[in-house]
Amino acid sequence: MAKPTEYVKHIESYVDSSSSPSQQAASVDALAILLRNDLLTLEALVRELDLYLTTTDSIIRSRGILLLGELLTQLELKPLSDAAIHSLIGFLTERLEDWRALRGALVGCLALLRRKTDVGVVTENDAEAVMKSYMQYLQVQSMGQHDRKLCFELLECLLERYPNAVQPLGNELFYSICEGIDEEKDPQCLILAFHIVEVAAKLFPDPSGPFASYAADIFEILGRYFPIHFTHPKSEDIGVSRDELSRALLLAFAATPLFEPFAIPLLLDKLSSSLPSAKVESFKYLGYCAPMYGSDRMAKHGGALWSSVKDVLYTSPESALSVESESDGGMIFEESDIMVEALILLEGLMQQNSDLLLDMILGDEDINNFICSFLKPWDIHDTPLQLRQQLHSVGRLLAVSAKSSMASCNRVFEKFFPQMMEALGCSVGNHSDESFATEDRALSSRFNYGTLYLCVELLDACRCLVLGFKESTSFPDFIHEKWCCMLHGFCRSLINIFFSNLEAVSGNAQSSFAYTGVKGLQLLATFPRSFAPVSLLLFENILLKLVSAITSNFDKKFSWGLELKALVEIGLYIEGYQESEKAATFARIVVDKFVSWISSDEPAMPLSLKMQAICETGMTGISNMLRIVQGMEKAISAKFTQAYVDGNFESVELVIKVLECYSARVLPWFEMNGGSEEVAWNLAAIIWDKIDNSSSVNLTVQNYELLGAAMTAMKQAVRRCSQESQEKIVNRAFRVLSASTLFPLKDSPFATSLSNSEDSYLNHHVDRVSCRDEWIISLYASVVIALRPQTHVQNLKMVLQLFIMALTKGHIPSAQALGSLVNKLPSKTNERHLSQEYGVEEAIDVILTSSIWNFCQSNTLRKCSLFGGGNEIHNTKCLAGLNHTSVHISAIVGLAWIGKGLIMRGHEGIKDITMTFLGVLLENTNNGDFPESCDPIEGKEQEVIPLMKSAADAFHILLSDSEDCLNRNYHSVIRPLYKQRFYNSVMPLLLSSTRQSNSIITRSMLFRSFAHVISETPLSAMISEANKLIPLLLDSLSTLTEDVMHKDVIYNVILVLSAILMDKNGQVAVLENAQAIINQLIGLAAYPHMMVIRETAIQCLGAMSELPYARIYPSRTKVLQAISKALDDPKRAVRQEAVRCRQAWASIASRSLHF
Amino acid sequence: MTLGLINANPVVHAKKKRVARPLDDPHADDAVDPLEIYDIVRDIRDPEHPYSLEQLSVLSEESITVDEKLGRILITFTPTIQHCSMATVIGLCLREKLKDCFPAHFKVDIKVAPGSHADEEAVNKQLNDKERVAAALENPNLRQLVTECLYSSEL
Repeated sequence: MAKPTEYVKHIESYVDSSSSPSQQAASVDALAILLRNDLLTLEALVRELDLYLTTTDSIIRSRGILLLGELLTQLELKPLSDAAIHSLIGFLTERLEDWRALRGALVGCLALLRRKTDVGVVTENDAEAVMKSYMQYLQVQSMGQHDRKLCFELLECLLERYPNAVQPLGNELFYSICEGIDEEKDPQCLILAFHIVEVAAKLFPDPSGPFASYAADIFEILGRYFPIHFTHPKSEDIGVSRDELSRALLLAFAATPLFEPFAIPLLLDKLSSSLPSAKVESFKYLGYCAPMYGSDRMAKHGGALWSSVKDVLYTSPESALSVESESDGGMIFEESDIMVEALILLEGLMQQNSDLLLDMILGDEDINNFICSFLKPWDIHDTPLQLRQQLHSVGRLLAVSAKSSMASCNRVFEKFFPQMMEALGCSVGNHSDESFATEDRALSSRFNYGTLYLCVELLDACRCLVLGFKESTSFPDFIHEKWCCMLHGFCRSLINIFFSNLEAVSGNAQSSFAYTGVKGLQLLATFPRSFAPVSLLLFENILLKLVSAITSNFDKKFSWGLELKALVEIGLYIEGYQESEKAATFARIVVDKFVSWISSDEPAMPLSLKMQAICETGMTGISNMLRIVQGMEKAISAKFTQAYVDGNFESVELVIKVLECYSARVLPWFEMNGGSEEVAWNLAAIIWDKIDNSSSVNLTVQNYELLGAAMTAMKQAVRRCSQESQEKIVNRAFRVLSASTLFPLKDSPFATSLSNSEDSYLNHHVDRVSCRDEWIISLYASVVIALRPQTHVQNLKMVLQLFIMALTKGHIPSAQALGSLVNKLPSKTNERHLSQEYGVEEAIDVILTSSIWNFCQSNTLRKCSLFGGGNEIHNTKCLAGLNHTSVHISAIVGLAWIGKGLIMRGHEGIKDITMTFLGVLLENTNNGDFPESCDPIEGKEQEVIPLMKSAADAFHILLSDSEDCLNRNYHSVIRPLYKQRFYNSVMPLLLSSTRQSNSIITRSMLFRSFAHVISETPLSAMISEANKLIPLLLDSLSTLTEDVMHKDVIYNVILVLSAILMDKNGQVAVLENAQAIINQLIGLAAYPHMMVIRETAIQCLGAMSELPYARIYPSRTKVLQAISKALDDPKRAVRQEAVRCRQAWASIASRSLHF
Repeated sequence: MTLGLINANPVVHAKKKRVARPLDDPHADDAVDPLEIYDIVRDIRDPEHPYSLEQLSVLSEESITVDEKLGRILITFTPTIQHCSMATVIGLCLREKLKDCFPAHFKVDIKVAPGSHADEEAVNKQLNDKERVAAALENPNLRQLVTECLYSSEL
């Protein structure tokens, strides 16, 4: 038990009005903890509070009661005895009378009433007493906002939790509700008020009960708020959004049918408002309330509702032409929000009472006349926009009506369908012959656009109706429905008409007919099989027609797309609804036809369109896709040799397209849809077979493109294979590789030392790698890049040697493959036989002991005997000729890729590699600076600078993410946070080297490396040391701006700088260096070589203006002067940025720009 | 000063969609054109009403001409009514805004459209007289009005 002295001080501190709010909150918390842990009983506390609760000083009394209330709120989960609750609620109920100390009583009552049953609740009698006291004493509208909110919460709680207690109060209750919510304006209170009405209305559903007599009064109060008009610009300020309020009011409106006599007239009235938002809201409310009020009550409003819907949809439709509508004759509309809501309302009403509404729609003279006026032929292009909008609306109206039920569908069909058919010149087709002889009908009647449009809309509606039934279990026999019989009768003629529409497209450019024609055919083809109007034969005809249209119409982009889309939709439908007969027909007519296109010259459409059509139809289902894959495999088998050996232009183009299709569409599709890996495996196998069987290759430009496509396809295929298949592929590939001329390696003594043989090899063989060999090694590299880590690679040592040889020739894929290998090899091996089971250590040994890296003076890769006294020789060699320099650059790039493999798995070997790069960068420091050195070797600069640049750029390769290899898709081993680790280890090295070097070129190259490192490292890793980083960043910027060659790097650095500026943690460091940063940015704002650098620099300057005034004010003049020059920049983007920045800087002191 | 509004109920026009210029075209001719100027001045607020000059149709893209080689900008604006005493304030706003946004070597001419103002000649003279403009902007009341129009967030 706590001693009285302990808690009395908390009580006193709370009651004392001079203590701060935080102190008061702390004392409530302290008391609540004591009570919760039973160190203090509630009884003892109340006794202690005694005087505070009853004193005549109203300020102290109110504080005392509020303390009790707050404590009760905090103890909501603590079990209390019934007696305690009874006496507390009794006391608080009584206190509701005391307007001076009201808040505490409200808070306390609310806390007690909200308690859960298992911790003791207020009895119903007590709740009734609270309610009575509430009605008797509380004048809600005379209180402040917070108290009003509490009152509403109390009332809401009583209505929701104690319905039995408030029910007997009846009329008085409603009187007090009306009184309470009348004239309420605060959004938070309003939401509660709306909810109170909703709950109360549901509590008294009786149409002769107390609510009925107050419904008019309550609705009068509620109705004023409709439509919700919100003047608060930001809803965050008040915690309530306009939508929430509107939703609450909607629920209140719809709470009881008793509101119907008041609500519907109000809503109808508001529809005549000119405010679009009011119309949208009205339709929304009507749509929601109609089903709640019931069809009987709504029946009498039918006429008014219809006329308002008609007004919006038909009389003054507000639909806008959609963007793509230009090309289709202008009949694709986007409906305005009002129309969308009106259609939803119409749909709801149709579900509720379709007969009544249909009577009105079908009997409507305007609509009838309108449809009749369209029965004669007219030209869509001459029709004014409003007429087209009306046509669209009428189409939607008919569709919504027909869609609602079988009966209404029948009625709509009976009323309009025969007329339309007549206008189109259709007859009931009972011919027994299935031929489609051209009927000698006036051609003009077939181009009755309006009727066609409505007809398609109707077809769409009844298809939706049928499919809707199909999804539910009860499947009515609709073949005997009237509409179905009619459709059946006219089906053949309709198809004929749609056909002639398609033909019209091929004749001239009437694309609007293409739309109806294609859409109509697509709809007819996708009626369920059990639904008879479209026989299999007709279905076949439709497909044939569409295929022939696609074949001939490829030069009309719009209709071609429509036709293809229709075919795809039909395919998807067949797949979705498991129609086996149709599926067979579809495969025979469409898929097989398309597949036959791949390798034939017919039809004469562009290859890319062909492939698009083929892929899209294939994607409709697995069986279709398999057929297509077969076709593509055949095509590759047939044409690959031709393409790759002879460089036959057409074959090359074809094979490239097919391979692209594989890597971009087919393989991803199989992965998504759970297909087998067989497809991927087959592709790899075919390519290797073809390579193996051909002996020589012609080197052309397209051949390189072909190689690129083949490599991508190979990577994509191999990465999706399982480990076993990958092993098979890699072995197969190795057999081809070992049979190639690349393998004099077999004879040379590779086991231990390579230096001499390799050197000569480099000199003699590398330059003459044949084209076929390049193909083989590139494809082999692609396979290796995509392998899984578990996959075992045979003859690893030889493979490694081969790749090293290739990379010195500048063959990047080989370098990437080496990187992938060292990334994925297991770290420990049990067997250590030559060319068996290599571990990563052995592989690195083999790679790094190779002599190609020896040109670097300070080679630290492996301190083995190879270099000894050889350094100078190699160094002189290195300087001997340009040819060697290019070999060394290739070697550096290769080493960078290997390093990337290591860095990603977090291998130690990366240190040596990094030191090598640094070594290259620092190499000439000892020789002094070129410009100043006394006897500059002519041409040395030209050689060494590219070498140093490539060493600096190696850091970019090390850290940047690559699409081609070493990423998650290609199963790389990626250690978390590897970039951060590398950043931490390399940064000190770079810094110390920069400090030591005094040559301008070395410094700039070191800064280039530094820039690569920081631009690829995640910001979060660097931001903690931003204060150290920023001076370096500025140094690097000032050094790099000296040479145009570094402009891309500068851009990356300035992006890092802007990221630091935007980061909260970085701002402290920015503040310390504000002057220096601003000076540097001013310089960059005039950087002549790259626009984005200027733009970003000015943006950064703009961001700097947000810093504290005292820090930046000294620079203001300087910045404004610099920016006023940027106002005259040749590039608009820079000028606009400059205006913004100038404004920001000018306004830190005053608005004036004088300086 | 409780004078009534000069034009109590002006006709408000819809704001036109901003034309997005094609991005990332390094060879685009980025010379100053009327649209660029229009983009800068269209959002200036009317001295009387919480609408922009664009909404009140005081300005349009066609009413602006630029000659970048000679460094000249000519803006012709149309006051909403003939006797609009705010015409000079609008002109001052335009001049201030252009001074902020373009390098000093541009010579800016501001005129009211012929026949759109009763005192056309006087207004034109006043707006293109350096001394008078400077004097007007030293008047704290005028300066405040101009600032409000230029940087108002009411729109």
